[in-house]
Amino acid sequence: MRSGITGLQDEAITIIREVAACFERPVILFSGGKDSVVVLHVAARAFAPARLPFAVMHVDTGHNFPEVIDFRDRCLAGLGLNLTVASVQAAIDAGKVADAASRNPLQTVALLDAIAENKFDAVLGGARRDEERARAKERVFSHRDTFGQWDPKHQRPELWNIYNTSHKQGEHFRVFPLSNWTELDIWTFIKEYDIELPSIYFAHKRRVFKRGGMLMADTEFLRPDANEEVYEETVRFRTVGDATCTAAVPSTAAGIDDVLAETAVARITERGATRADDKISEAGMEDRKRHGYF
Amino acid sequence: MRQLRFATVGSVDDGKSTLIGRLLYDSKSIFEDQLEHVEAVSKRRGDDYVDLSLLTDGLRAEREQGITIDVAHRYFATPKRSFVIMDCPGHVQYTRNMVTGTSTADLAIILIDARNGVVEQTRRHSILTSLLGVPHLVVCVNKMDLVGYSEERFNEIRDDFEDFASRLQLRDVTFLPISALKGDNVVERSDDLKWFEGPTLLHHLENVYTASDDNRIDVRFPVQYVIRPRTAEHHDYRGYAGTVAGGVLRVGDEIVVLPSGLSSRITGIDSADGPLDEAVPGSAVTILLAEDLSITRGDMFCRPNNRPRVLQDHDAMLCWLDSDAHLNPAKLYTLKHTTRSTRAKIGDVRYVLDISDLHRKVPEGPLSMNDIARVTVHTAEPLLRDDYEHNRVTGSFILVDDSTGATAAAGMLLPPRE
Repeated sequence: MRSGITGLQDEAITIIREVAACFERPVILFSGGKDSVVVLHVAARAFAPARLPFAVMHVDTGHNFPEVIDFRDRCLAGLGLNLTVASVQAAIDAGKVADAASRNPLQTVALLDAIAENKFDAVLGGARRDEERARAKERVFSHRDTFGQWDPKHQRPELWNIYNTSHKQGEHFRVFPLSNWTELDIWTFIKEYDIELPSIYFAHKRRVFKRGGMLMADTEFLRPDANEEVYEETVRFRTVGDATCTAAVPSTAAGIDDVLAETAVARITERGATRADDKISEAGMEDRKRHGYF
Repeated sequence: MRQLRFATVGSVDDGKSTLIGRLLYDSKSIFEDQLEHVEAVSKRRGDDYVDLSLLTDGLRAEREQGITIDVAHRYFATPKRSFVIMDCPGHVQYTRNMVTGTSTADLAIILIDARNGVVEQTRRHSILTSLLGVPHLVVCVNKMDLVGYSEERFNEIRDDFEDFASRLQLRDVTFLPISALKGDNVVERSDDLKWFEGPTLLHHLENVYTASDDNRIDVRFPVQYVIRPRTAEHHDYRGYAGTVAGGVLRVGDEIVVLPSGLSSRITGIDSADGPLDEAVPGSAVTILLAEDLSITRGDMFCRPNNRPRVLQDHDAMLCWLDSDAHLNPAKLYTLKHTTRSTRAKIGDVRYVLDISDLHRKVPEGPLSMNDIARVTVHTAEPLLRDDYEHNRVTGSFILVDDSTGATAAAGMLLPPRE
């Protein structure tokens, strides 16, 4: 293994090429969030000068920050890639799920529908093991049954760098090329390769209010209650997701070097700081993952 | 420095979780929200102390039962190096978990309770570490505070271990006296261990040299994927993508393609960072050749005068992993070796290894989970293979049960019998 970020990129490329060799219909999940941006960039390099042999899909809750959607479309156009959108709004309109204050868990339905409809057999995502307790236990090639479910107690052991990709019709794999990266590695990579990100990852002025100890953006999708005071603050986002459950952090880090410095000394994990949905219960992520979440 | 992946093995009683917690805590790698979470759960369960094992026990069932089910990965970094801890639990499925966790480890940490010395579990862990070819071993003699920080006791345990380990193939063993609970010699030096002149555990982990662990002599490049752009701009481009499994490939080198035996010359090495002059083990690259040959996934490039063995009959140490099915000698399995998949059948089970004392036992029934056995394997197609002791990549394979998709077993190739 080579040093630092180069070694991690080697590992990710090896995993991504294995997907191309062993699956018929792979897809990369792309939200415009930093981890999915890194997956997409590494995947594009893995096959250069040929085109990326994968589809690209965004599971869209409809509750987006406009800067992110703008970036998403620009980024894909730059790489010459087409986007499939799995829409949570469409699932709600079709009566498959009932709308809720946070649409984050509803993404599972839209995602599984899109996987079945497009017959995707490998779904690549940017999840990392350092993010969350349940993810720390997940395989790089993670098997899903015909219902899209994850069985954490019955995972296939993963040895050396030999990946068991065996699957029956209707089953699929979730594949995580960045499993062994940390948040700091992601930022180091973004700096090293000068990769563009949505502007909301960097410090900007925004109207926010406090809820559950977190700093929520005042958007059309999430309004403050009468007793929640809205004020302007200089903030940035450490993660980018559904606007109703992704919190901002106070920060003056306007550029990549400032963000790297901030990340190196951060005392709270990115999900702990910014994801309201993970705070619901001790096993919030595990439960969602069992049912087919990212 | 390259990332260090190390396995910690053992059970809670050895103080393993305490040690991991101590490493993370003293190197300031635990985030506040993680610590808050662990404190809250410990308090709710009525524990007397903060149970740091909760940091790695991520699944609901693990926290409810207070056991570790599966290998957990923890990440931390110091200014000098980044680390992955592969924490292997010491319960029922531990052989399977330890084999899994140590298969990719650069280093393993084995804990010995200073009061008990070398016990059966120490021997099991050491034998598995040796079998899996982990390049570096650290034996931590823990709970030194409970034996009065005695130098004599430490030396006694070290001599005991060396006596037993002389039968194993452990290349680099380091002994450290520590107290994970008190924090002695883990991250900080200790006044109570003034007689010890060696490094702290963290200092050792930061400095252990792993670049020479790769096999840089025997060129092995398994073709993973063929890149053909089929665009006007790159009409004639045909690149062989893969990850270097051994040796150093250089532009201009003569190579032989196996199994065809055709030869060619490397005209270019492409990578994510642009063209390279040479590719070292672990590099994910694309090789360009002078001649247009018929080459597919599963082929291997090597040097004309240094080739892997091309065989259909193999001797191997096999670790059975599947909890739901025994080895069925009548059955065909899918064998995955580097980028090649073929059908395989297990012939003789010559003996089952007792991993507490290395004794060779006559198998009493079909191989089942946690058994480690010496077997013969017949493959439908030849494998382009090295002995595991020379190359962990080209010397390892897995067996997949086609009826369930389960990873049934993991194998390490042995030198063929002449």
